[in-house]
Amino acid sequence: MAEATPALEIRDLHKRYGDLEVLKGISLTAHDGAVISILGSSGSGKSTFLRCINLLENPHQGQIIVAGEELKLKPAKNGELVAADNKQINRMRSEIGFVFQNFNLWPHMSVLDNIIEAPRRVLGQSKAEAIEVAEALLAKVGIADKRHVYPNQLSGGQQQRAAIARTLAMQPKVILFDEPTSALDPEMVQEVLNVIRALAEEGRTMLLVTHEMNFARQVSSEVVFLHQGLVEEQGPPEQVFTNPSSARCKQFMSSNH
Amino acid sequence: MNWEVIIKWLPRLSEGALLTLELVAIAVVAGLILAIPMGIARASRHWYVRALPYGYIFFFRGTPLLVQLFLVYYGLAQFDAVREGPLWPYLRSPYWCAIITMTLHTAAYIAEILRGAIQAVPQGEIEAARALGMSRAKTMFYIVLPRAARIGLPAYSNEVILMLKASSLASTVTLLELTGMARTIIARTYLPVEIFFAAGMFYLVIAFVLVRGFKLLERWLRVDACQGR
Repeated sequence: MAEATPALEIRDLHKRYGDLEVLKGISLTAHDGAVISILGSSGSGKSTFLRCINLLENPHQGQIIVAGEELKLKPAKNGELVAADNKQINRMRSEIGFVFQNFNLWPHMSVLDNIIEAPRRVLGQSKAEAIEVAEALLAKVGIADKRHVYPNQLSGGQQQRAAIARTLAMQPKVILFDEPTSALDPEMVQEVLNVIRALAEEGRTMLLVTHEMNFARQVSSEVVFLHQGLVEEQGPPEQVFTNPSSARCKQFMSSNH
Repeated sequence: MNWEVIIKWLPRLSEGALLTLELVAIAVVAGLILAIPMGIARASRHWYVRALPYGYIFFFRGTPLLVQLFLVYYGLAQFDAVREGPLWPYLRSPYWCAIITMTLHTAAYIAEILRGAIQAVPQGEIEAARALGMSRAKTMFYIVLPRAARIGLPAYSNEVILMLKASSLASTVTLLELTGMARTIIARTYLPVEIFFAAGMFYLVIAFVLVRGFKLLERWLRVDACQGR
């Protein structure tokens, strides 16, 4: 039986900083509705991997395919691969949601304006249209009453939920979460995780770099353990958490329980 | 202190103050418009884009406004091409010479303010825009410039105040703005202390109003809330 086109496919991704090889050839396939958690100790290349997928970092080698469409890359002078087609990368970025560790909301705009900016400027939605979508999303992430408030008046958890709403407003095919709870106070972690859990239950395709082991275990359809720039262990959460074959992964799991 | 003289000459001093305001207003607004493309170019990744505004800024920041004013007012008339050119009706008038020189001069400073502000926009906020699919141009226009405007506003208000005081140099090319008017009145009354005191008060009041105005603008644009992030 022929398999359906995966929502996201990464092939043999390499990335160096100078002589330091951070990613040494990572491949990953996310089918529709997959929730893939990427675990690993600091410096294992998790965030770099995520940031290479929408070219916030430029990889040195590899292929990125979103819903069957391959991102066109060309080598730059310094050896990195850069987007060969600006129109394509902008369109593909709009299809790949990205949630940052530090939220990166625009502080000079209200929460609502933060959310409607990209749909208006990139998707060409009218203001009324964008506001309608934005208000529904704000209700969904539980901060409907904060729409006219500015980011610095929100708690970290609320800011991250606003940032998730901003990403959702673009109706992305895949959402990448780069340690979405790492910059939060402990009591705010849960409210953000609940939003992410709800998205997982909706059947959204997501890649999640996180240190929340229990959460990863609960929501993931697949867990990938990175170590020194390579996939060290990969499989269903139960297997990776309870019965990893690699010694390094076993050690990591036991030290994080 | 002879208050009667001050009161007697207040209407004339007000005329001078009005011309001062006019010169400064046109210069800082036109300068800002000129500075926007220059500031953006100065913040470019490509050296050849940065080079042109760099040369311009180097020249206008590196020489005194008075020298520039003399070069334009006395210097341009040396060239037949200028005297016979279509712009001569403007370039022969001290008013336009002052406006042009002040505009070009302040544009250089504002461009540098803008470059600094653009480069101070946090990288993460730019990444957020790019990750949502905005092109470089859209990111610059919709995110970076509005954000940079708030970062650069306090420095811009400072530049406006500096231009207010620098505009007194226009009196050297016969313009009767506040300082020029004061000197003319003094030539008649021989009362430099009273008249310069009055002129100084005018400058103070104008500066005060400008400072308050910019404060309101900063509050309206929520400048404070955007700092320190």
